[in-house]
Amino acid sequence: MDTSGTGRSARRGMDTLIFRTMAPYLTALMVLFSVFVLLRGHNEPGGGFIGGLIAASAFAILGIASGVSAVRRALWFDPITIAAAGLAASALAGIVSLFADVPFMTALWVFPNIFGTEVALSTPMLFDIGVYLVVTGAITAIALALEEREDD
Amino acid sequence: MATSSIPLEALEKSMTLASVPAAHWLVIAPPVWCLLLGAILIMTRKRMDLQAWLAIPALAGLVLIDAGLLAAVIREGPITMVMGRWLPPFGIAFTVDPTGALFNLTAGIAALAGGIAALGDIDRTRRAYGFFPFLFLMVGGVSGAFLTGDIFNLYVWFEVLLISSFGLIILGSEREQLDGATKYAILNLIGTTLFLIAVGILYAVFGTLNMADIAARAPTLGASAPMMTLSLVFITAFLMKAAAFPVNSWLPASYHTPRIVVAGLFAGLLTKVGVYALIRVMVMLLPQEANAYSTLIGVIAALTMITGALGALAQADLRRMLGYMVITGIGIMLAGISFGAQTAISATLFYALHSMIVMLALYLMVGVAGRMGGSFSLHDLSGLYAKSPLLSAIALALFFSVSGLPPFSGFWPKAMLIKAAFDFGAWWQGAVILVSGLLTTIAATRAFALGWWRMPASGTVEPARMLASELIPLSALTLLSLGIGLYPEPLLALAQTAAAGLLEPTAYLHSVFPQGAPTP
Repeated sequence: MDTSGTGRSARRGMDTLIFRTMAPYLTALMVLFSVFVLLRGHNEPGGGFIGGLIAASAFAILGIASGVSAVRRALWFDPITIAAAGLAASALAGIVSLFADVPFMTALWVFPNIFGTEVALSTPMLFDIGVYLVVTGAITAIALALEEREDD
Repeated sequence: MATSSIPLEALEKSMTLASVPAAHWLVIAPPVWCLLLGAILIMTRKRMDLQAWLAIPALAGLVLIDAGLLAAVIREGPITMVMGRWLPPFGIAFTVDPTGALFNLTAGIAALAGGIAALGDIDRTRRAYGFFPFLFLMVGGVSGAFLTGDIFNLYVWFEVLLISSFGLIILGSEREQLDGATKYAILNLIGTTLFLIAVGILYAVFGTLNMADIAARAPTLGASAPMMTLSLVFITAFLMKAAAFPVNSWLPASYHTPRIVVAGLFAGLLTKVGVYALIRVMVMLLPQEANAYSTLIGVIAALTMITGALGALAQADLRRMLGYMVITGIGIMLAGISFGAQTAISATLFYALHSMIVMLALYLMVGVAGRMGGSFSLHDLSGLYAKSPLLSAIALALFFSVSGLPPFSGFWPKAMLIKAAFDFGAWWQGAVILVSGLLTTIAATRAFALGWWRMPASGTVEPARMLASELIPLSALTLLSLGIGLYPEPLLALAQTAAAGLLEPTAYLHSVFPQGAPTP
């Protein structure tokens, strides 16, 4: 029955050549889009949470197409470690206020000029990046655990 | 910047523009420290050799931070920090009064003792499941709950500690643990959902979530709002969390399943968060309603004490017996809350602090007894006195303390409560406290007679030694209980200041609103 050598009955529906070929490109595009959504989130719809969900969906798609171990290799870090790094980033975003004599979590901004462009960097952005990493890491960990089979 | 276009007078109504002294950072430091360290410990969780070296100094640091915070609060009175400069009711405020600081410091000490004990009790596999990260996240949730001045934020910290406690309770994923964890999770989730519903009603009525704001508005809103319903939902939610009589079946069903350190930390910290929340919301925020419900709380307290003491008497498993002793203690604290007078509230605070230390110590002690005797059941356990006289001395001291006998820390708050009961005119409550104390003494004596004094059938006993990871936290906690029992004045004075601050929260209100509370 099984000629491809990789699939099981539950997986066969997803295991088409088109899907497997397209999935890495789709994942790359979705991760890029998730970063865009994350960065526009300060003043417009978007932000760390929704961006993280998009990134986690991207990794879930790659996991369905190419198997969980491929995603783990591609991510380099363990998803839970990514989530923990996000938690640390968010906590540090609050602690920056300590050095400016203002209360915890006060928004602090700098506008450095990088290559002739004014870039707005702020502690809310660092906090949002932390949220993005927490959501990406945690949801990816859950998704990969659900996609994982004995043969992966 | 966007802020520069807004006139300063308008800005001052919504934001604080004053700079923050460095000492005030202690207000937010305990939860931030725990969350940050928790994150670092998760990142390094594959480096098993590093975990303990990071965790134990970090817990010691936490105790120092907590002690610094308590010292600052004693020096300056309640301290407030508003998150991100936003003043209430827009922003979240952390306000620390002596009550919060005392609970927070005691929780920190318990966490340090638990962390040291975990070095021996939690093996490599379970550490790989993430014992230390979960411990830090849970303690972060506990200290956040003690320090926050915003009732919705209190709910958020409840969730933080609850989710981390789910991780701790199933450490090792044994069948029995999953069974206990299911009961624990479902009943606690129902409790926190009720809490959330109550917070929703409260926000609809008051239009604010800041505790100082609520305390200022509660007296004038009493006639026009469904305050009694609101209070009843709060009381039910917190009683579930605290494991009071009709809604406490989850505690004995789950507390004997996790590792002994985890069970000890749960018994020491988590039920006390429920008691703390009940005191904070009912005594400080809604005193009129608490007064109206005092008979109900008193009856629940009496039933909790009696059922807890009878349950302890009926158990053969030492861990289950301790679960029921936790419940008895909750009943005693509820009795104090039902009296409402300052002496009773200060005795309740004192008892809660004593209970955090002694319940953890009792679980750790039973853990050692179980390791030495090979069983937690009083049917099999015997000859521990001959095995380790040192453990026996500690066990006896802790049994005295939990039963409320002098010269240990359990004696003073109980004596104060009984006196308060008779002053209050609730002589039957005083009698119930005495009877439950007697029953607890009998249960403890029975455990000591069977497990320690009885010689095994074979007649020979191998001496056993306590490990350093058992001896250090156990002896420290026992000496703390003895120290408080012998020299209770400093803690007593602090508890009285704390209780006065709860019953008359003008200093708390002034700390949040230096110019007086805004009129609705």
